[in-house]
Amino acid sequence: MPQKTELAVAALRNGTVIDHIPSEALFKCVKILGLADTTHRLTIGNNLNSNRLPSGSKGIIKVADTFFPEATLNRIALIAPTAVVNTIRDYEVVEKRHVELPNAIRGIVRCDNPKCITNNEPMETLFETVTDTPGVIRCHYCNHTVANHKATIL
Amino acid sequence: MNPNSLVSIDDLSKEQILHLLENARYFEEHPNHKILDGKVVATLFFEPSTRTRLSFETAVNRLGGRVIGFSDAATTSSSKGETLKDTIKMVSNYVDLIIMRHFLEGAARYATEVTDTPVINAGDGANQHPSQTMLDLYSILKTQGTLSNLTITMVGDLKYGRTVHSLLMAMKYFNPTFRFVACDELRMPREYIEFCRQQGIPFEEHTEFSREVIDSSDIIYMTRVQRERFSDIMEYERVKDLYTLRNSMLDTSRPNLRILHPLPRVNEIATDVDDNPKAYYFEQARNGLFARQALICNALGITVPIKE
Repeated sequence: MPQKTELAVAALRNGTVIDHIPSEALFKCVKILGLADTTHRLTIGNNLNSNRLPSGSKGIIKVADTFFPEATLNRIALIAPTAVVNTIRDYEVVEKRHVELPNAIRGIVRCDNPKCITNNEPMETLFETVTDTPGVIRCHYCNHTVANHKATIL
Repeated sequence: MNPNSLVSIDDLSKEQILHLLENARYFEEHPNHKILDGKVVATLFFEPSTRTRLSFETAVNRLGGRVIGFSDAATTSSSKGETLKDTIKMVSNYVDLIIMRHFLEGAARYATEVTDTPVINAGDGANQHPSQTMLDLYSILKTQGTLSNLTITMVGDLKYGRTVHSLLMAMKYFNPTFRFVACDELRMPREYIEFCRQQGIPFEEHTEFSREVIDSSDIIYMTRVQRERFSDIMEYERVKDLYTLRNSMLDTSRPNLRILHPLPRVNEIATDVDDNPKAYYFEQARNGLFARQALICNALGITVPIKE
């Protein structure tokens, strides 16, 4: 068994591991996935060394007995486009995939424009992708644009 | 959602814009054609705007339709806390078309999503005001005989002026050359500069409203420089008169030059320009009636009998 030099956490039997999350986006991801209220065993690591991310620093989320719908996972693509989702069953990684940003981002981001209708009416927000790199999204209603990593998550 | 709704000038193709301008020309020749007989139109002005409201209501009346509505949200249920959605759904039961102005940005887009009645945006905050752009395009077409290959100079508040942004976007179909004349604090936002680059539209940025710029323009589009836009009041005092157009500045301008302004004008065009035949801003406002008649018929799906 290889020696664990970085993180001493019990392996998951069943559950989801989300790796390669930019450190600054980690807690936003936790929020989007609604993990603050989970009763399942949850491990969150941050500021771990990363050879893959330009910042050299990553976060990781491990949650037992929880599997997220694809749509939910893709929501974190907004702020963590580098994230890789591993599905674990019986200690084996049965699926490994990258998150994808949907073209229409519904109900995730709050518009930063205080005069936007979405901040003044009980309704769902909707953003559309303007450019992928750098990631920029635009409010479907008031047309204000925001860089993905600066987006305010609801 | 009604496909005939109009929220933004970007919703229109080149063909649709040209078709609407053709219809505007028809209404200029036949302003009282009663083709809205039996139609009821609501003008919902959650934010007061006398000029736009009167223009739209005149357009409906001259076409023989009837108008209901309000000109101030304080007199409506929205002051009791009713949502925009509920107000729109309620009014939709009564009318064939909704024309709305709102102080919140995106309100018109949202309104189109909650009703099957067509909606025309008559301005949503600092966001979109497509009927203004249509009347600007109609004014340019009328005075120049074409929309194509023109040099258009935009002057004043290019940062917050939504009319210049919409006009810039709509002109992308017509191979324009732009000059942007503004102080640093009010220069054209980067996203529109980037838009010009992407579309291959030639443009120059100037801080000086020089004779050279004026003499090479076909259209000068003036806007109001507002004191409240400045973070530094000294800067406002310094620049406020730099972008004022005076009659003497037009001596050597092109014969086809016309001066446009969305109005209200304060002091950015000296009153001695008013009598110059190149001043076009009052006629421009009149063109708003015909442009709006065309937009109203389009939203109602009424074919304008161009060929009689």
